[in-house]
Amino acid sequence: MIVDFLIPLISTVVSVSTPILLAATGELVTEKSGVLNLGVEGMMLLGAIAGFAINFAASDPQFADSAPWLATLAPWLGAAAGGIAGALGALLFGAIVLGLGANQVATGLALVIFGGGVSSLIGTGYVGMALQPFDQIFPDSLAQDPVYKLVFGYSPLVYFSFLMVFAVYWFLNRTRAGLVLRAVGENDISARSIGYSVVGVRYAAIAFGGAMAGIAGSYFSMVITPLWAEGMTAGRGWIALALVVFSGWRSGRLLLGAYFFGLFMTLELYAKASGFSFLPSQFWASMPYLMAIVVLALMSARGRGGAEAPACLGKPYMTDA
Amino acid sequence: MTILTRRNFIKTAAAASTLPLMGRAAFADEPLKVGYIYLGPVGDFGWTWAHEKGRKAMVDHFGGKVVADYVENVAEDQSATPVIKDLAAQGHKLIFTTSFGYMDQTLEVAKAYPDAKFEHCTGYKKADNVGVYNNRFHEGRAVQGTIAGHMSKTGVIGYLGSFKVPEVVMGVNSFALSAQAVNPKIKVKLVMIDSWFDPAKEAAAAETLANLGCDVIATHTDSPAALQVCEKKKIYGFGQGADMSRFAPHAHLTAIEDIWGPYYISRAQAMLDGKWASDDAWWGMKEGAVVMAPYNKSLPAPVVAAAKKIVDGYMTGTYDVFTGPIADQAGADKVAKGEKMPLDKLAGIDWYVKGVES
Repeated sequence: MIVDFLIPLISTVVSVSTPILLAATGELVTEKSGVLNLGVEGMMLLGAIAGFAINFAASDPQFADSAPWLATLAPWLGAAAGGIAGALGALLFGAIVLGLGANQVATGLALVIFGGGVSSLIGTGYVGMALQPFDQIFPDSLAQDPVYKLVFGYSPLVYFSFLMVFAVYWFLNRTRAGLVLRAVGENDISARSIGYSVVGVRYAAIAFGGAMAGIAGSYFSMVITPLWAEGMTAGRGWIALALVVFSGWRSGRLLLGAYFFGLFMTLELYAKASGFSFLPSQFWASMPYLMAIVVLALMSARGRGGAEAPACLGKPYMTDA
Repeated sequence: MTILTRRNFIKTAAAASTLPLMGRAAFADEPLKVGYIYLGPVGDFGWTWAHEKGRKAMVDHFGGKVVADYVENVAEDQSATPVIKDLAAQGHKLIFTTSFGYMDQTLEVAKAYPDAKFEHCTGYKKADNVGVYNNRFHEGRAVQGTIAGHMSKTGVIGYLGSFKVPEVVMGVNSFALSAQAVNPKIKVKLVMIDSWFDPAKEAAAAETLANLGCDVIATHTDSPAALQVCEKKKIYGFGQGADMSRFAPHAHLTAIEDIWGPYYISRAQAMLDGKWASDDAWWGMKEGAVVMAPYNKSLPAPVVAAAKKIVDGYMTGTYDVFTGPIADQAGADKVAKGEKMPLDKLAGIDWYVKGVES
């Protein structure tokens, strides 16, 4: 009984948390390289429409006879397209801030507007269309089992989000390339003086951040609600940005922060549906934001404390010459 | 021709190339300029989409005599004031503000532009040049509640709401009362998500309601997200604002379709005739403003008959779901037996009926 109740609850938490985690993981890498890209929301929307459009095109019944494998592949192509679209948006941002030395904050905000505008323009033809949800990878015996689905019942993108958190942790802390990326973010002049290409590293970090945001966006349009609606990410990109800061630029805390946000948003809904109306509903609605911040603030108070932001975050750096 | 906002500046750029053409048309015969303020994007396939359909119907109806612009994604806070003001300053003589949260902003701008006429949707504050209009959506909710009462096996049904505003409270109460008329023991679980448009949260809320035992869920937010969850969980749901059956062919039992076109046409006509006056329009099934989408083929015939009976009752004026006895959540009597709740009371309603868990 309790299992029947808890497992769907956990599944809701996972589906709320995953896109935030994906986008925040990408932004973490971008920021570690010293670039502040505020355009996460815009890149997510680009990813959402690209993922939907490609998935929709590939699952068209006209291919059912000639290429039946295409429909199986469609959501994977969609997720890849989402990543590519997000990365392209990010590279545009990169060209402006790295190539032209423009202000990163202003350019990032412009990217939000750009992503929203382009996605709604492309999306006009897709309003009212629906897809098969991209929600299961394991066979029914595991994914539909009332107990095993706790582990096996999710979209591939959920497993991907966990994989990426650990990959990013490993990359940043255990590899030479990660060390170079952090060095570029901490002191661009020094990194340059010992022969590393600051601009090159930052382009790569920006593209990675964009790809992750794009995949996060495709999670909205292919997994949570397999449809396209303008502005469907409804501000989650900003949450992802805030999480990177509150996590103190650490991937482990990012994972925790994203899941605390998801947990409290889900508990908010359960509290309301169960009749906890002694507190105004706006209070419950603010809980996920508050609790994610409180938890992360407590953790950094217990830790070393102090500023953990990459020293060059947001500072313009133009040329490797 | 669209107004520049954060989201649609690209569309504007495309539209701008047609500006010279429009300018010429304007010289030929000064058309009536009508402005619309939208809450969501026109592509939400829900509330805003329905208003946009109404706007297009009006423009088509009048040919070149009426032109209409809109601004989408306008937040329900102080930032709406300058947007409404801009429309008025650009010479829009009739401005529709299409969500409850624009009430005070509309009145504020109306004071500064006494020549322009304003119409505020779902509100209750009027002025000489501000009218209010709404549709009696609760008539459709009564149909949904009747169906839910028949179709629920668990005796628990869900209502996914946005904010506690009269328009939503009315819907909840109508849904609950009509379901109770079928099954007196039925419970309605209510979740407000504090947003009109947030597909991910709408989906999470629908999953929550399903997990708490609801097997029929009514939606009062703007995307088909909850319906898709219903389809996946093999429970029932209703479309909001439009026929959304293609998103959930099995779960979608019916939908309340918002038809704003006839009202917008009548008001623009009143402007052209110089007969516009501030009024308090509240159209329903009878006027063709609230229409039920086709019933799902899986619905048993007696349930469809019961639903149609409610529709007929509203068409002929013989049925009103807000007929006493009605008690509030705490059990206090609110409407005496046999009495009907007066429309002005209904328009400002802020309490839930017995059997609603919120």
